[in-house]
Amino acid sequence: MAKYAFFLGCIAPLRYPGIEKSTREVFKALGIELVELKDASCCPAPGVIKSFSKATWLAAAARNLALAEKEGLDIVTICNGCYGSLFDAAHELHEDKKMLDDVNKILAEIGLKYNGGTKVRHFAEVLYKEVGIEAIKKAVKKQLDCKAAVFYGCHFLKPSNIKNLDDPENPKILDELVAATGASSMPRQQKMMCCGAGGGLRSQFGETAMKFTKANLEYMKASGAEVIVDVCPFCHLQFDAGQKELGIPFKVFHLSQLFGLAFGMSAKDLGVKL
Amino acid sequence: MVTPVPAFTDEIAKNGGSSAMLCFQCGTCTAGCPSGRFVAYRIRKLMRAAQLGLKDDTINSEDLWQCTTCYTCAERCPRDVQIVDVVTALRNIAVANGKLYEGHKKVAQNLIKYGHTVDNSKSAQRVELGLPENPPTVLANSAAMAQFNKILEITGFKKLVG
Repeated sequence: MAKYAFFLGCIAPLRYPGIEKSTREVFKALGIELVELKDASCCPAPGVIKSFSKATWLAAAARNLALAEKEGLDIVTICNGCYGSLFDAAHELHEDKKMLDDVNKILAEIGLKYNGGTKVRHFAEVLYKEVGIEAIKKAVKKQLDCKAAVFYGCHFLKPSNIKNLDDPENPKILDELVAATGASSMPRQQKMMCCGAGGGLRSQFGETAMKFTKANLEYMKASGAEVIVDVCPFCHLQFDAGQKELGIPFKVFHLSQLFGLAFGMSAKDLGVKL
Repeated sequence: MVTPVPAFTDEIAKNGGSSAMLCFQCGTCTAGCPSGRFVAYRIRKLMRAAQLGLKDDTINSEDLWQCTTCYTCAERCPRDVQIVDVVTALRNIAVANGKLYEGHKKVAQNLIKYGHTVDNSKSAQRVELGLPENPPTVLANSAAMAQFNKILEITGFKKLVG
């Protein structure tokens, strides 16, 4: 059985615990074991914390990577921000021996060491690559007959030169995953536009962030979509808050919640309001 | 009156933004920048200011904080300028010079207090879903929280955002 260290991050467990719960249930149903990454912290967030101090960001990310390495497991994240931070930090540390040595001097102060052995995965690409569309289709018990606005967000695929998952301008991974549930991914304008939350915009320039969200919601509405499917709790938060605040109503699902519904799990157990 | 500070370009490079020097001002970045649709922020101008060493202009400017780090610009840049890395370098220098907004300070303080960017306002819903009240992170283990805080102390974060 495939096994990963489950990195929770901040927004999923502390704002949308239904996303955490759905991921646990969906992975269990697909025969993948998620082991708790005990004592982990914030990734730390790529837009805010990394903008304030790259040194702190790198050392704290290395601590999370070291905790997973101690368990001998690769990390799976359910958030684009966590994926962005941990993947980028791992990439830098694996490429630059001096940087790794410097970070290890800090980790030594707390009795840890990172040897560069942790791979960082995003749950959606694990589902796509390790489980595969055919196996997911077999696990679907209830075909979802709905029109979806598929939202990739930014840090899932980009920067594409180090992630190499899909075409960052015209990707297909998530559209195929969503289609596996029977839902239709509706084509729309500006599909790859940012939700607006990242980079510290939501926490300091919330009105500007909401302008991004409004544009996205309007394109989604015009496409005929009924629900939004995201792969990041921070995008999820921005759209969920935005659809209420802006009066452009949408049901917002994390991909794990959409899968949970398609696998026949109850909305209540997934923390979803239908 | 703008004052170039030649040493500023070195400072940017030391902070990971050396690729700013490769920019030839084509404007592909600004054309695709979602922030540029909504506010006066022009990422091309920021790259030029970084090249010229316009320290005060960049680190005191609200524009520096209008980037969501969406990477659209960096993906399309014909010169391979790692634009988000340049923005990050400029922001790190700004913060080191005491330029930290209140909203950002709050997030930084949350990190110190909770080890997360937000508090746990959903413990009741967690229990309802059959999850532990606190996730099994630093929030559930004070020794791990102390360990995490030590990193914030060693790297100077507490002093930086205090």
